[in-house]
Amino acid sequence: MTISTVSTRMPGAPDTVTVRRTAPTAFLAHSWLLTVRSLRTLLRMPAYLAFTLVQPMIWLLLFGALFTNIARLPGFGTGSYLEYLTPGVIVMTAMFSAGWAGTTFIQDMDRGVMDRNLTSPVNRGALIAGSLAYQAVTCIVQSAIVLGVGVAAGARFPAGPADVLAVFGCAVLLAVIFAALSDAMALLLRQQEALIGLSQFLTLPLTFLSSVMMAPDLMPGWVSAVARYNPVDWAAVASRSALSGHPDWGLIAGRGGLLLAVAILMGVLATRAFRSYQRSV
Amino acid sequence: MPAPRAFPNATIRPAGPNRSAAPGSAAIRATDLHKTYGTGDKAVAAVAGISLTVPAGTIFGLLGPNGAGKSTTVKMLTTLARPDSGTAEVAGVDVMRDPAGVRRRIGYVSQKPGFDPVGTGRENLVLQGRVHGLRAASARRRADALLERFGLGAAANRLLRTWSGGMQRKLDVAMGLIHQPDVLFLDEPTTGLDPEARADMWSEIATLAGDGGLTVLLTTHYLDEADRLAGHLVIIEAGRVVASGTPDELKSELHGDSVRIGLAAPDVAAKAVTVLAAADQVLEVTADGARLRARVPDGARALPGLLAALDAAAIPVVDVTVARPSLDDVYLRHAGRSFRSAPERADGAAGTTDGYRSAAASGKAVA
Repeated sequence: MTISTVSTRMPGAPDTVTVRRTAPTAFLAHSWLLTVRSLRTLLRMPAYLAFTLVQPMIWLLLFGALFTNIARLPGFGTGSYLEYLTPGVIVMTAMFSAGWAGTTFIQDMDRGVMDRNLTSPVNRGALIAGSLAYQAVTCIVQSAIVLGVGVAAGARFPAGPADVLAVFGCAVLLAVIFAALSDAMALLLRQQEALIGLSQFLTLPLTFLSSVMMAPDLMPGWVSAVARYNPVDWAAVASRSALSGHPDWGLIAGRGGLLLAVAILMGVLATRAFRSYQRSV
Repeated sequence: MPAPRAFPNATIRPAGPNRSAAPGSAAIRATDLHKTYGTGDKAVAAVAGISLTVPAGTIFGLLGPNGAGKSTTVKMLTTLARPDSGTAEVAGVDVMRDPAGVRRRIGYVSQKPGFDPVGTGRENLVLQGRVHGLRAASARRRADALLERFGLGAAANRLLRTWSGGMQRKLDVAMGLIHQPDVLFLDEPTTGLDPEARADMWSEIATLAGDGGLTVLLTTHYLDEADRLAGHLVIIEAGRVVASGTPDELKSELHGDSVRIGLAAPDVAAKAVTVLAAADQVLEVTADGARLRARVPDGARALPGLLAALDAAAIPVVDVTVARPSLDDVYLRHAGRSFRSAPERADGAAGTTDGYRSAAASGKAVA
């Protein structure tokens, strides 16, 4: 990738040197700038991260305790429910947290930030990519915390660094899918309440239509049929396999590939949603 | 109030031979812009045929009440919204055919704050410069120069959310200037500022024009702001241009003085208009609620006769002032109602129900 032209408005004046970029280099450069900006914000307001972890802790610790005996059901296939549940809660946390991504866009719309961005040469894809990169980094931190709490509560995983990375990878891809969806919905709905309502409406059913809480073999037939098309289930299945001590890398790569494909598709759709937003201003 | 400051490294843009807009040419040329929001019964024509030409290197004012179509016009000129019909060129670039080209050449400061409150002043400026393609070192130099120029240097490394409203607004303007644009759009730059911050902002804006040939398009609903800052202005009402010229030209259209009479109650206003219109020397009478305005060649000389006529008709008068015509009188003449009484509305529909005009009987009535 090359810089196409370097235009100087005025020879000899260094402050007037601007670099005009081709679309791909602008995408990368602007994505980087916007990601750095949001991560700086995260470092200045770390309490936000703690806030998004309240819900997963309830799932992990209360559900984990309440349903301890589920794991004894014939066909469940694992010794400890907490060990079964932990990768699922990592995946859930990724989805729930990413569902909020679009609220930042709506704040930007309510302020003049979105208008300023859209009247400047900032790459539209980079506005989405910056948001997704931020969610990805947040997701890794959250996943590590959830995994750590699971272990502290007694879960034991015979897994190495590569296995844990695979879990984080699945969680990140799922976070990217739902963050892109949330960004797109923010641009289409342009209302905080509508966005949060829609996000709540989607995330809980998608959790229960997956193997996050219940082993596939014990689910009703129609649920396991639906789960096969559910990205939450793809991420949960791959993550459990990665932490099982005998990971099925073919299965992990297959589910991971599906997640990646959907993530790219959602990113492109979210970028296109800017057109809809601009028709409304 | 700070005097215009001169910082050699902080010109808004360099005066150089290769500026895109030559002196005397138009920085903005818009022809018959239309924009309607919604469809069917809910359709609202926010802009219904606005044309304007802004000479390069000037401060140009778009004046009108809320909902008149000022912001929509600016949104079309800044590529934020697409016109339904009409054409516009900004800095020589067509907004429809090459929106990306327009975006490189303009700065846009919207009504609402456009900065990141969890970033510092310097971080916000540098990011904006980088997005515009400045290299990291140039972006930092430009940011520091602008912070100094706007007197924000001391706060540069504090988070924006801790800044005062006036300082935040100045930073918004500085962000619009970081890449040395040809045209700067300021949408209601002083709305919501306290009087001191407003005066401060005025003096900053006044120094922008002519600084290396920058063109400023300013929207405002403050008459005094347009009068003070704009070299040229158009008055917009219900999505249309109703008057244009320099503030002095517009005021001199209304030759003579303006006699403003406050009545005790609005219900006698219609009668008072008839009485005054028949009086000697009166060119034009307008009423807005209980406020009357009579335009006369010489206020001091006409005043006793006017008061006598009202007294004879048993119409009580509360207060009287004689003044040179203001932009408010211009607005009243063209929009058919007093500026201050213009309702806050977003529907964009024409409405002159709260004020009415009566042409003078002398035959020198407004067209």
